[in-house]
Amino acid sequence: MRKTKNITLWGAWLLMSFALAGYLAYGLWGEDDVDELYLPDVGSHGHYQIELACNACHGDGFEDENAVQKMCTDCHGDELKLANDSHPVKKFNDPRNADQLEILDARYCVTCHVEHVPERTRVMGVTLADDFCVLCHEEVGEERASHKDLSFDGCSAAGCHNYHDNRALYEDFLVKHADAEEVAAEPLLPMRDYQRVYLQQGKTFAEALSAEDMDGERNESDLAIVASWSASAHAVAGVNCSGCHQSPWQDKPTMAVCDECHKGEMEGFVAGRHGMRVAQKLSEMRPLDARQPMKSDSHDTSLNCGSCHEVHRVDTRYAAVEACQGCHDDEHSNNYQQSLHFQLWQQALSGSAEANSAVSCASCHLPRIEMESHGESLIRVQHNQNANLRPNEKMIREVCMECHSLSFSIDALADEALLKNNFSGKPRQHVESVEWATRRVKDDAKKD
Amino acid sequence: MKLKSLKTPLLAIAAVATLSACGEEQAAGGIEPKKMADALHAVMEADRTVYTKYIVARLANKEKVIKASEHWEDEKALVLPAQMFRMGSEMVAEGNNAFSYGLISEWPINSQNAAKTDAEREGLEFIEANPSEVFYTEETLGGKKYFTALYPDVGVVDACITCHNEHKDSPKTDFEIGDVMGGVVIRIPL
Repeated sequence: MRKTKNITLWGAWLLMSFALAGYLAYGLWGEDDVDELYLPDVGSHGHYQIELACNACHGDGFEDENAVQKMCTDCHGDELKLANDSHPVKKFNDPRNADQLEILDARYCVTCHVEHVPERTRVMGVTLADDFCVLCHEEVGEERASHKDLSFDGCSAAGCHNYHDNRALYEDFLVKHADAEEVAAEPLLPMRDYQRVYLQQGKTFAEALSAEDMDGERNESDLAIVASWSASAHAVAGVNCSGCHQSPWQDKPTMAVCDECHKGEMEGFVAGRHGMRVAQKLSEMRPLDARQPMKSDSHDTSLNCGSCHEVHRVDTRYAAVEACQGCHDDEHSNNYQQSLHFQLWQQALSGSAEANSAVSCASCHLPRIEMESHGESLIRVQHNQNANLRPNEKMIREVCMECHSLSFSIDALADEALLKNNFSGKPRQHVESVEWATRRVKDDAKKD
Repeated sequence: MKLKSLKTPLLAIAAVATLSACGEEQAAGGIEPKKMADALHAVMEADRTVYTKYIVARLANKEKVIKASEHWEDEKALVLPAQMFRMGSEMVAEGNNAFSYGLISEWPINSQNAAKTDAEREGLEFIEANPSEVFYTEETLGGKKYFTALYPDVGVVDACITCHNEHKDSPKTDFEIGDVMGGVVIRIPL
């Protein structure tokens, strides 16, 4: 009797063990993403979207810190080079820094950006104490009179310095741009200029197409599609139905089709918050999964090129404002329509102002900037919406200074309330870095 | 299991044997660290002098066809000779651990380039007192032993002197041509 009971218990134990092992194995290698059960804790705001693609950061073999470092560099390396990184790894490889590395090993991103520790992850995914600059720059108060009594937890928080990107904050840049007016006499943004470069290269444009030219299988059945496409940039550029729907016909062309012609845009898209899941071969991002507030009726939208560009209209004006406002439900986004920037947008739409005076959501977050393409310098749209937000001072040179002074831009971006109300009014605090820099130059000149 | 337990000591013996062989090879005919450092310095010094005299001093100072600027990207200018030197050393440091080099000084424009180790402090004092000699020593940094050489870095053209004397971050403003302005430090792991 007792023997039978034992066998039953052993059997049950084995069955449960196999079931558990099966469940865990499916969670790890099953068809869907890795099960959350395997997460040590939730990822930072920069990585949570891809936290279930473990290999994205840990590499294939969960090897050492060098393997992780390589994965960091694979995604962020180019961006850091573009940012003229103030603390690149190569600066710290010199053995003379050995003592400093004992205190803070700046050769590895994870020294400052530890993942899966939400309780101590702060702005920019930094997991060190706010005053970490003191570890290497303790003497700055002696070197700069202006810095004498400053607290080290304000170095980056006050809008004066960043660890990586100081292109708009370095001292001589502050001095050079100290005297500009808050708003430029002609506040205009650059326009895309692919056409100019294309013509310079001696290329010719395809002939524009009209409704009669459509070669799609189903174009007669949907007049709205015919109307949208006929007025679209695709029709103007000679891109017929089959250009996207391919042959044999695909009802819903994937982003791979867009990528064939719009590689630069796709590179940006998959590097930002909207497309980073796609880059890791995960399902497309949905507003439901975002950590920022999103409108409830947008929650199940899948983010791909068509979510913002309306596949048949490909209207960049829709993509620049309405598409954003269709999902984003935070204070900054919701206050855009009360802002001066929105007034400029409306004036341009109505034709009472130049198109390049308009300031849409995209003007700042997906800006038209100078980029390298095939050895040429072009003004193109940066489709990584996060490229100039990490941290937001990255926006100063690319965007703000097209219309505003450096000092005004620094103040505005450091003013939390102003960010929330979408720049309605003037900055209510002043970052004195420009004055400090100019004063130091004047003092130096007096010495001579 | 037996095989696995034997593997580790066997690998260790093989590794020691290989290392010993390398050591013997170096002693028998490999390049001595001092010779390697001297050769590296000869190339560095020649390249930088060529860049300083025939590119920067000629185009920026004499013919004035282009500026040389610390902010060379923003100013669309030539990189300064000291920056060119540092950029090279950083590029070497990216993928090479056979040696490292850099510029240090008692009067650095960037305080991170002041002497950091005892050998650097001692070396800077030595070359200042003996401007035509090289300081050689060994030091241990981060648990690794290095052969360290410090070569006097002499101001060769007006551009070096003027820039250092006029820079707002320079602790010394009365350099003259021929002065030892700092030193080139080369380290070779032993």
